[in-house]
Amino acid sequence: MKRTGAQIVWECLVRQGVTDIFGYPGGAILPTYDAMLDYPIRHVLVRHEQGATHMADGYARASGKVGVAIATSGPGATNMVTGIATAMMDSSPIVCITGQVGSKLVGSDAFQESDVTGVTLPITKHNYLVTRADEIAPTFREAFEIAASGRPGPVHIDITKDAQQSSCEFDWDSAVPKKPEFRPDWSARPEEFQRALELINAAERPLILAGHGIMLSGAMDVVRAFAEKANIPVSQTLLGIGGFPASHPLSLGMMGMHGEAWVNSAIQQADLLLAFGMRFDDRVTGNLKTYALNAKKIHFDIDAAEINKNVRVEVGIVGDLKESLEVLMPGLKAGDRAKWIAHIGELKGDSAVRDIQNLPDSGHLYAAHVINDLWRATHGDAIIVTDVGQHQMWEAQYYHHDKPRTLITSGGLGTMGFALPAAIGAKLACPDKEVWVVVGDGGFQMTMCELATIVQEQIDINVAIINNGYLGMVRQWQEFFYERRYAATPLLNPNFQKLAEAFGLPAQTVTKRADVGPAVEAARKNRQTVVIDFQVEQEDTVYPMVPAGADLDAMIRRPSPSPIIETGADVL
Amino acid sequence: MITTFAIHVENKPGVLTRVSSLFRRRAFNIESLTVGHTDRPGVSRMTIVVDTDEIGARRLEAHLYKLVNVLRVENITAAPAVFRDLAMIKVAATAESRTHIMQLVDVFRARVVDVAPDSLIIEITGTEDKIDGLLEVLRPYGVLEMVRTGRVAMSRGLRTASGTGEGLRIAEDDHNVFHSV
Repeated sequence: MKRTGAQIVWECLVRQGVTDIFGYPGGAILPTYDAMLDYPIRHVLVRHEQGATHMADGYARASGKVGVAIATSGPGATNMVTGIATAMMDSSPIVCITGQVGSKLVGSDAFQESDVTGVTLPITKHNYLVTRADEIAPTFREAFEIAASGRPGPVHIDITKDAQQSSCEFDWDSAVPKKPEFRPDWSARPEEFQRALELINAAERPLILAGHGIMLSGAMDVVRAFAEKANIPVSQTLLGIGGFPASHPLSLGMMGMHGEAWVNSAIQQADLLLAFGMRFDDRVTGNLKTYALNAKKIHFDIDAAEINKNVRVEVGIVGDLKESLEVLMPGLKAGDRAKWIAHIGELKGDSAVRDIQNLPDSGHLYAAHVINDLWRATHGDAIIVTDVGQHQMWEAQYYHHDKPRTLITSGGLGTMGFALPAAIGAKLACPDKEVWVVVGDGGFQMTMCELATIVQEQIDINVAIINNGYLGMVRQWQEFFYERRYAATPLLNPNFQKLAEAFGLPAQTVTKRADVGPAVEAARKNRQTVVIDFQVEQEDTVYPMVPAGADLDAMIRRPSPSPIIETGADVL
Repeated sequence: MITTFAIHVENKPGVLTRVSSLFRRRAFNIESLTVGHTDRPGVSRMTIVVDTDEIGARRLEAHLYKLVNVLRVENITAAPAVFRDLAMIKVAATAESRTHIMQLVDVFRARVVDVAPDSLIIEITGTEDKIDGLLEVLRPYGVLEMVRTGRVAMSRGLRTASGTGEGLRIAEDDHNVFHSV
């Protein structure tokens, strides 16, 4: 059947199972927007193209499906760059479609022309410049395949205006993506599995480092069975949170720069590290020269290029994590690591005791209170989408995730402004789930225009602004490393309550501990998005902290007495 | 360690950028890069020389295979292979010095491809060492200009960079043999 290029775009998206798309129209993509009206796909009109990419990203992370964003040429496309780079760093499968000026005009500096495939080349898994209608279907099928397969990531398709306008025969079946003619088989060989088993079964102080790959592989169950059978404690990376239940007795908590002190100490003392779909990021390892010197390392990753990148490993198991662990399970010996686990228990000591719930109300509102109360009110069951900074770390410490894909956060790129749009995407992917945005006052103002999208699209999420009047994490670095010279970190903020109300959303300001619970409950009951401005202690600090490049166990610990960590029963 | 890759890629716009951009953003410095057609239509072959260790080379190979347009990568550093570089060297040559220079050209099995009243162009093919050697002895006469292709390489025998041939055959080592064009 004969179709225009623009129609083929939608024919392909429908056949790929796409139901929602996030975008912003403009000249070079107009033919495609015109054809959109005839196809059963919901279009969410964003207020900035960066928001569209974060929404597609949030959609992908919440559901595991490919998220799709669309924009016009030039500034529309360049506005997508931050979102694409965010998805690349966190291995999130999205497809970004942009219009391009007519193929005859490419290279002429035409109006709203920019070389966007040149721009996105290093921040995509792959990208395309499509100049003919008959290239569209094969390109789309291949793009979706590339985005979702192996280690997922963003794919960008730039389509010239004339390719959208001209017609050709549309044949979905013959547009099947061709397989690469050769790829080496780097999957682990039997002797590598055997060597891994020997190391694991012989280890006295093993530790699992649980990463994002657990979610991407769908390996939650086998990871749990593996840890339980061999009695190996599990620590999580930021993106690994949710891959192993936080309430599980073997769960230790987060590792790294703001990880739990006992986790970082345990890593330094371990004799074997099992890295499950994580990439030894510098925020996780601290000083590489002194990182886990006592430990042999076994690295499980689907991406062969990750093996031996930052940390030299004894065994590299390349392949899908779930499949690799299933191979290992029969040979895995039931372990009794009671001594090691008891030792980690001692490392916890007083610092594990965080009964912030039963503290006497000192009149101060701490971000940790807000997040811990949010955890209780939502029974730990909501999808929490965070931005970047102090609140992100407090979320990781005080909201305990038992289920996968319930914490959505920009880890690798650390993109401020991610939370609000990503939460919109997550809600559309999981309409039945409760979704909360936890965002700082700085990051919120980077993409708060998407409140208008929320109103127009009638989206029911809730927004908790952790408002401390500072770019808090940067302020913390200035406090520790720049003699409290607060260069450009104090924020003069608008009245967030009035601002949200101007958008047409119910809003509230909370300044007292006692009001947190009721405000959260009221927001949960409201069928609209509610914005809550939590005005918290201004100069609060995230502890513990491993200064950048320092040894992993050289942590800055919380000074005592502390207003937050007190004695009492461990809430977990 | 100097590492040589033979890389077969689809001959499409932008593929050279994809490959070179990969080396750049992963912080590997390319020592030499050559590209040309192969016997297969639509397929180009790159020879890339890079200074890295064994682990770096393995990571680079893994990264290269992540590029959709890359068909085949072969690290031929350790494989028995023929490495060649082609250079054209313009040397100042007076009536008296010309004979001396042409004798040197003979010794190196290079050849003179252009003669002008006050200069010569010499063409030489061989390993980088051999070309460096000729360059060294020409320098006193005055090297006016030089262009080199950079290294091209091919593994010996039936083993090919676009597919490993059956019954790998390796020719005897002729390291000291100079091949003239």
